[in-house]
Amino acid sequence: MTSAATRLRMARASRAHVKTATGRPGRRGGSHVPVHIVLAVGGILMAFPFIWQIIMSLSTNAQVQGVVPTFWPGQLQWGNYADVFTRLPFLSQLGNSVLITLIRTVAQIILCTAAGYAFARMRFVGRSTLLAIVLSILLVPAQVYLISQYQIVQGLGWLNTLMGLVAPGLFSAFGTFLMRTAFLNMPAELEEAARMDGANPFQTFWRIMVPLALPSISVLAITTVLWSWNELLWPLVVSTYASAMPLSAGLATLAGDVTVNYPVLMAASLMAMAPVLILFIALQRRVINGLASSGLK
Amino acid sequence: MTFRTVNDRSALPAALRSNRRGRAAARHDGFWPWLFVLPLLFGVGVFYIWPILQTAYYSFTTSGAFGSGVTWVGFSNFSRLISDPQLYQSLWNTLIYTAIVLLGIPIAVWLASLINTPGLRFASLYRVLFFLPYVAMPTAVALVWRIIFNGDFGILNYVLSLFGIKGPYWISSPGFALIAVSIVGLWSSLGFSMIILSAGLKNIPPEYYEAAELDGANRWRQFRSVTVPQLAPSIFFVIIITTISSFQLFDLLYALLGPNNPILPDTTSLVFYFYSQGFVANDKGYAAAVAIFIFVLIGIVTIVQFRLQRRWVNND
Repeated sequence: MTSAATRLRMARASRAHVKTATGRPGRRGGSHVPVHIVLAVGGILMAFPFIWQIIMSLSTNAQVQGVVPTFWPGQLQWGNYADVFTRLPFLSQLGNSVLITLIRTVAQIILCTAAGYAFARMRFVGRSTLLAIVLSILLVPAQVYLISQYQIVQGLGWLNTLMGLVAPGLFSAFGTFLMRTAFLNMPAELEEAARMDGANPFQTFWRIMVPLALPSISVLAITTVLWSWNELLWPLVVSTYASAMPLSAGLATLAGDVTVNYPVLMAASLMAMAPVLILFIALQRRVINGLASSGLK
Repeated sequence: MTFRTVNDRSALPAALRSNRRGRAAARHDGFWPWLFVLPLLFGVGVFYIWPILQTAYYSFTTSGAFGSGVTWVGFSNFSRLISDPQLYQSLWNTLIYTAIVLLGIPIAVWLASLINTPGLRFASLYRVLFFLPYVAMPTAVALVWRIIFNGDFGILNYVLSLFGIKGPYWISSPGFALIAVSIVGLWSSLGFSMIILSAGLKNIPPEYYEAAELDGANRWRQFRSVTVPQLAPSIFFVIIITTISSFQLFDLLYALLGPNNPILPDTTSLVFYFYSQGFVANDKGYAAAVAIFIFVLIGIVTIVQFRLQRRWVNND
C-alpha cells in the first residue's frame, strides 16, 4: 500500500516531470543487460524440451538411449517422420483432431454468439433464470458431468464415433458468458437505428452486432481450438479404438508402449502439437491478449 | 472448464445502464429470442444440466455389473469415501502438486516485471518462449518429459551426474514421480501466469515508479512497494486459477506416467482416482461420490481464496 505522503509526492512528481515515453528516467541503455540474461536463460530453459524433442526426433533409437546424450545426431534421421505414418494410426488421429476442433469451434461460435446475444440484448420470459442455470455449469468441475455424458453418448451408440467425440463440446457455458459480456458492453444506439430502418432481430444481429463482436468471437475461437486440440479426458473415455481417437488420446495411450521407438514417438508428438504451436506463433499477439482478457484456463 | 474475468468490464455508469434496461423492457421480442437461445439451451440441458443432476443421484446409488441397474444405497458411497485411504492419498498428492505449481507464481511475478521493462528489446520473443508450453498439447509434451526424466538415459540425470549427483528413477519411484509431474505442471503454467500478470503490470501508472525513484527507492524497493501491492488483484486471480486447474490434474499424470505404471496407486490425483473408479473399475456410484467431493473441495478452496482476497487486496 502506498501511504498518503507517497501519493502526494507521486502526484507532484508526475506534474514536475515532462513525461518521457518510458516513464523511467535514467534506466535506459546498458542496464537492460541483466534483464536480458535472466529472460534469455529462462526462455531457453522453457524452450529446451521442444528443442530436445526436435533433436531426438532426428536421432536413432540407440542415440536417444545412450548414457551420454547425443546433442547432435550427425546424420539426421528424417525417416523417423515417415515411420510415424506407417507405425502409428497417426493420419486417422490427425484427421479426428482436425475435424473435432473445426466442428466444435464453428458450433460454439454460432451457438454461443446467438445465445449470448439473446441473453444480453433481448427480452424473454425466464431470461435471468435460464442464464443463471447456464452459468452455474461454470462452477462445476468436468468430472461431475462426465459419467452421465458418457452414458448418453453410449446410449446413442456414439462411442468410437466423431459424433461422440464432439457432442458435449458443441455447447459451451463459458462461450455464452464471454459473448454475453461482449454484447452487454456495446452501445444500444446502433441496434435501435437498425430496428428503425426496419431490420428484423436476425438482421440486426447479423449485420450490426456480429461484426462488432468479432474481437470477442476470435477470443472464443482461440480458446476453443486450444482446448479442443489438447483435451484428453473426454476422448479417452469415449474412444477405445486407436483409430477412433484424436491425437491427444492416441499419444497418451502410447506412453507406456515399448514397441514404438523413441525417435518415432518424438516425431509423432512434435507433429501432433505443431498445428497449434504454428497457429500460436502466427497469431501470438492476438492469442496472448485474448487469453489475458478472458482468463480462461 | 474454469474461468474468471480479469477486468470487470461492466464499467458503464449505472444510470446509463438502468436507462437502457428500462427501454428494453418496454419492447417485445416475441419468438426471436427463443430462436437464438434454444439450440444452446437444448445442448446445455442434455449434456450438462441433466448429467449434473444424474451424477448427484448416482452418488447415492451403486450400479450392478455391466451397468444394468442402479440400487439406492443412501450415504454409503460417502461413508466409504471418508474412510478410503486411496482417496486421501490422491487428495494429498493433488495438494502437493498444487503447492509446487503455486511456487511458480512468485517466479512469474518476477519474470513478468522483467519482461515489462519499458523499452526492452525482444520482449515479444521472450513472451512467446515462455508461453509456448502453455499452448502445447500436454500429452505430447509429457512424452518428451518422460525421456528427459528417464532414469537410465534421461538428460536430467546426465546433467545431475555432471555435479556428482546420482539421479533417481523419476518416473518409476512414487515420491519422485509426483515431483516430476509437478515440475512439468509448473513449466506449462508459468507462461499463462506471466501473461495475466503482465496485463496487470501495464495498468500501473509509470508515475508511481517516478515518484518512488525520487524517493530514492532502488529497484528491489520499487518492486516490493509499488509493483507487488499494485499487482495484488492480478496475483490473486492467478493464484485462484492455478489452484483450480491444479486440482484438475489428469492429462499430465496420465501421459507422463503412462496408464499401466505400477506406481500409479501411490501417485494418483483426485481426478485420476475419479477416472479409474468410474471408467476402469466401472464403479459409477462411487466415482460420482468422488466427483461431488472434488466439486465441494474446489468450491471451498475458491470461497476461502476470495475471502482472503477481500481482506488483503484493498485497491482494485
